[in-house]
Amino acid sequence: MEVYQGKSVFGGIAIGRISVHKKDEQQVKRVKIENPDREIARYRQARQTAMEQLQNLYQKALKEVGEANAAIFEIHQMMLEDDDYNESIENIIHMQQVNAEYAVASTGDNFAQMFASMEDDYMRARSADVKDISERVLSVLGGRTAGMAASEEPVIIVADDLAPSETVQLNKDLVISFVTVHGSVNSHTAILARTMSIPALIGTDIPLTDAIDGKLGIVDGRNGCIYVDPDEDTLSKMQQLKQEEQEKKELLQTLKGRENITIDGKKIMLYANIGNSKDLAAVLQNDAGGIGLFRSEFLYLERETFPTEEEQFQIYRTVAETMAGKPVIIRTLDIGADKKCDYFEMEPEENPAMGCRAIRICLTRPEIFKTQLRALFRASAFGNISIMYPMIISVEEVHRIKEIVAEVKQELTEQGVSFGEPKQGIMIETPAAVMMSAELAKEVDFFSIGTNDLTQYTLAIDRQNPKLDAFYDPHHPAVLRMIQMVVENAHKAGIWAGICGELGADQTLTRRFLAMGVDELSMSPGSILPVRKIILETDVTKERENNNLC
Amino acid sequence: MKEFKYVITDPEGIHARPAGELVKAAKEFQSAITLTKDGKTGDCKRIFGIMVLAVKAGNEITLTFDGEDEEAAYAAVTEFVKANL
Repeated sequence: MEVYQGKSVFGGIAIGRISVHKKDEQQVKRVKIENPDREIARYRQARQTAMEQLQNLYQKALKEVGEANAAIFEIHQMMLEDDDYNESIENIIHMQQVNAEYAVASTGDNFAQMFASMEDDYMRARSADVKDISERVLSVLGGRTAGMAASEEPVIIVADDLAPSETVQLNKDLVISFVTVHGSVNSHTAILARTMSIPALIGTDIPLTDAIDGKLGIVDGRNGCIYVDPDEDTLSKMQQLKQEEQEKKELLQTLKGRENITIDGKKIMLYANIGNSKDLAAVLQNDAGGIGLFRSEFLYLERETFPTEEEQFQIYRTVAETMAGKPVIIRTLDIGADKKCDYFEMEPEENPAMGCRAIRICLTRPEIFKTQLRALFRASAFGNISIMYPMIISVEEVHRIKEIVAEVKQELTEQGVSFGEPKQGIMIETPAAVMMSAELAKEVDFFSIGTNDLTQYTLAIDRQNPKLDAFYDPHHPAVLRMIQMVVENAHKAGIWAGICGELGADQTLTRRFLAMGVDELSMSPGSILPVRKIILETDVTKERENNNLC
Repeated sequence: MKEFKYVITDPEGIHARPAGELVKAAKEFQSAITLTKDGKTGDCKRIFGIMVLAVKAGNEITLTFDGEDEEAAYAAVTEFVKANL
């Protein structure tokens, strides 16, 4: 048995025969020709055929992997139609009186080189696109049908690299995984693999020899490795894992599309936490009812200057529109001295967890706050956006926020800029907010409990410090009592209370939270369906009786 | 001739997909349409010329329109840019 390490682009386990795919290295010879005009016509004919092939691939991809991922074939078509590309080829044929193959290969190489030498990662990856279209035209010129040999049984494809056109042509019924020596996490191949849900590895240290062709292989997408010719133990262990994985997947699929409603008819809001608009796909795939926490920090991090109102507006608007009417709760910036944000020019602090962070920055530097608020209010006209304020400790803070919000609305009105009426809530993540929750509940539209920070501040434990593990109890009754108090005070004032911290996803606590009367749970997308399962199996009335809660 | 200055707001800048759509939109018109960033100019009807400029979020670009249908071209292309970039 041999084991080869790679990088996983999609998890899961695949067990099957290995099929090594070797690309035909197109040998291009430079040949003098008699009639350049005829050669140019020959090129144009081949290009036409290539365009038709791309059109077919686009249609196939559209059905299998959706518009956004199929678009690459439209890009390939545009590249083939590009005047610079075609002028180069036709010029070479005409000026040097040489064959179309040579002209296409040279042009392809030049353009690929141009992209490969660019600084931008994304642009460098486009070099592969130029190579792909040129290879395609060369195949047509040479009368070869591009594509992979069809197999009769499902196989694990092992190759040096796979062009987008090759991955789309993979018949999902006959390919159970692919493993490549090269490739990148951002390549179209990786993106398509994820959309097609096939376990896949890139950057794998595997020899493309006939020795492994036809052998039994196991791809472990979770650990990023492939076993060739596995021994008995490994084989049976992996078969077992695969079985469990399959059962879990099927179970969860039956839960998609179902309402989050308990046995005794209480509806629970089951939402997703995300940190970037790139995570939107996962939100929809996991059937979240909305976004319970949209961490807006990513807009501020990894840059040198403040994001403008316009930049922020576009992103909030896109999220709102993508969620098409489902709630999107956006938390205003939660930055502290511990985050790398030099342009904020924050002074270093001894104790950033208890320092000038989040709402404290917003209230002391209202120009930053107003920019974000303006963008949020404007975007709220395009969907169902709510705003949430972090790190609140007093009613006075909420009053001050309301004053600033009123100013923002006034200014937008005077400027004739349209905006919506977003609901506004606060994060309950400090013991002070818990103790003041009865008063705070009268001031806002909802509470969202940030259990991570609340636990830290309540137990006075730094979670990053492993020496304190013996003292740390994530289910500490102090925290659970606080949650109960917050929920009761929320309901007394007629507002809803939810949990967006890690405890919200803790499946050992779900029943307890439902019994307490928690109205909303927001968590990372992968936990949504398992929690839905628990909700569907819970009878809140019975739980309350069992826990003596009234 | 008409001119239009714009700051890119799309976090991904002008990557392959919008470049392709921009080229498609520009090709509808007979006028010459160019895009300039940091002193380098590309022809809006040539996808490689646009992609090579590597226009990113926050970059300021200048579009020029010159020809018989420059009014219509200006209207259509600037609307595309404002809505998608």
